Amino acid sequence: MASKRNKANDVEGTGHLAPLPKSPTGIEGLDALTLGGLPTGRPTLLCGAAGCGKTLFAMTFLIKGVTEFGEHGVLMSFEERERDLETNVASLGYDVADLIERKQMVIDHVYIERAEIEESGDYDLEGLFVRLGHAIDSIGAKRVVLDTIEALFSGLDDTAILRAELRRLFAWLKDKGVTAIITAERGEGQLTRYGIEEYVSDCVILLDNRVEEQVTTRRLRVVKYRGSSHGTNEYPFLIDEHGISVLPITSAELGHRISHEALSTGVPGLDEMLGKNGYFRGSSVLISGLAGTGKSTFGAAFVNAACERGERCLFFAFEESPDQIVRNMKSVGFDLQRHIDSGLLCFQAARPSLYGFEMHLARMNRDIEHFEPNVIVVDPISAFRGPSFEIHATLVRLADICKSKGITALFTSLSSSGEQMTESERSVSSLMDTWISLKDMEANGERNRVLYLLKSRGMNHSKQLREYQLSDHGIHMVDAYIGPDGVLTGTARVAQEARERQADLARQQATERRRRDLARKRAAVERQIAEMRAALETEEIEVTTQIEQEEARETAQGSERSQMAILRGAQR
Amino acid sequence: MNERDGDGGDGVPSAGQYKLRLFITGSTPRSTRAIENMRRICEENLDGRYDLEVVDVYQDPEATRELQIIATPTLVKILPEPLRRIIGDLSDRERVLAGLDIAPLDQAKRKDA
Repeated sequence: MASKRNKANDVEGTGHLAPLPKSPTGIEGLDALTLGGLPTGRPTLLCGAAGCGKTLFAMTFLIKGVTEFGEHGVLMSFEERERDLETNVASLGYDVADLIERKQMVIDHVYIERAEIEESGDYDLEGLFVRLGHAIDSIGAKRVVLDTIEALFSGLDDTAILRAELRRLFAWLKDKGVTAIITAERGEGQLTRYGIEEYVSDCVILLDNRVEEQVTTRRLRVVKYRGSSHGTNEYPFLIDEHGISVLPITSAELGHRISHEALSTGVPGLDEMLGKNGYFRGSSVLISGLAGTGKSTFGAAFVNAACERGERCLFFAFEESPDQIVRNMKSVGFDLQRHIDSGLLCFQAARPSLYGFEMHLARMNRDIEHFEPNVIVVDPISAFRGPSFEIHATLVRLADICKSKGITALFTSLSSSGEQMTESERSVSSLMDTWISLKDMEANGERNRVLYLLKSRGMNHSKQLREYQLSDHGIHMVDAYIGPDGVLTGTARVAQEARERQADLARQQATERRRRDLARKRAAVERQIAEMRAALETEEIEVTTQIEQEEARETAQGSERSQMAILRGAQR
Repeated sequence: MNERDGDGGDGVPSAGQYKLRLFITGSTPRSTRAIENMRRICEENLDGRYDLEVVDVYQDPEATRELQIIATPTLVKILPEPLRRIIGDLSDRERVLAGLDIAPLDQAKRKDA
């Protein structure tokens, strides 16, 4: 506790004066934006309209004071009875009766019934002082809540006395050195109905409960904090079964550390497309696409991969119930139940219309603080309706929370059909480090899914349009087919491939035929040559034979002639 | 500074008996004035049918919680019912009597009140 306080004081401890001591409220977020809590030993005014959670705020301050900071507390309630108060906070898991039993807390219900009271002459509120002083002293209280002291105005007529006495009361509380919260109803044109802010001027916190488009958003603003810096914006806060939490982050700070580590997307082909084998740790990823393109499946793939690495995942579901998601993801081969059972995966489901956008964010922030995940999935952000600046502002905060904690955040967003970006997409696009767009391609009477990387900061990512398929073994990236008519998908791709194969075959066959023809021709020509050669040889042989015969005849004639000459000679 | 007056004593008050408690803060002038005023009203109007206890809240702070005291002085009429609180130094006699459900002497003035 002490260290917490010191730490908070260091933040503003730049001046020479000793920093204002502060008492932490134990309310998540509030201590951050007040840089440590409420001013110690001084009264704080908490104002707001009926139903803003003033009493719960004050009660939490007291209960946490006892349970977390060892400071006893007194609640003087002018409106609700002790029993009712106990019951109200019992649902938050606080056992006030036990604290009272242990003399760590006192609840004093001040009952003022106008009809019972008659005023006769001069009076003061010393009775109340004594009563409160006794309660404080009996348990050594350090914290006091007066809820709602303005009830006095409706019970007593003489406002001049009341005002003087209230002024005295707050001074007296300061003298007592108790850290006090005084609650007051919101007034017209001023902070409180009876102008109590005039007397309590150290710290003023305003609670607000606005209904916009039938959705309620609770907001908190530190109007004034004398002697201390504080967050000045309106911060959404949340009241639910875990108590109060305030979303403290004011703006996106860009000072967070970054990581070079890449986390697998859970989709093998996609990892390669990104060029770094996954998303960077601590980056924000947007997966946008039409209905039925498998946005949630990509989320589940990422979660599944993260859980298998032993990382903690928080899945915010705004469209489906956790059971439904688990069942559906089982059909694509992701057994998320296993991870839920091992405690690595936690689902938080809520209807988007349940609260305002900021309330959702406050809730998510709280869940993140509690679960301390490595990875979150928000499915989908487009479920939120509201003014785009509000969506943007709150998403900036969520992205910033995640970045500052090194959490990798995957958001899905439902695109409207056509090329137009949805409001939420446009407003968050600049926040996202990686944006994957899922598309439907409709052709030849069927629908096929393709994705492309719209952007991925710090990665030399693929610029290709890729088809993917959802099977019972997860998401499977199909090799792209880029033909003369653009990317072909599905059966068109298959058909085109078949056509190509046929054409190939036909080409091969034609070449074969030509080759065969040529061979045949060659054979024919060679046959002709052989025939002609054979004819030539035959002629040659004939000619040779004739010549030989001719010579032989001549020889024979010669010898015959000489024989005849001899014969003639001899006769002579 | 607790003291009791009247013949009701500590016993169970009988029918028509007034059980009153006056809460004061020490011996401030206002407290003293309230006690004096109360005594006079009791003597003049209740004629022994009362049990008045004066409680100093400084001495008995716990009592403030029991009887829901915020302002001082406060006169609490416990009996007869209904319970009434009359705050102030009881200087406005008519209002005190009205608070005690005792018919005041001057009817006209009560109507004004």
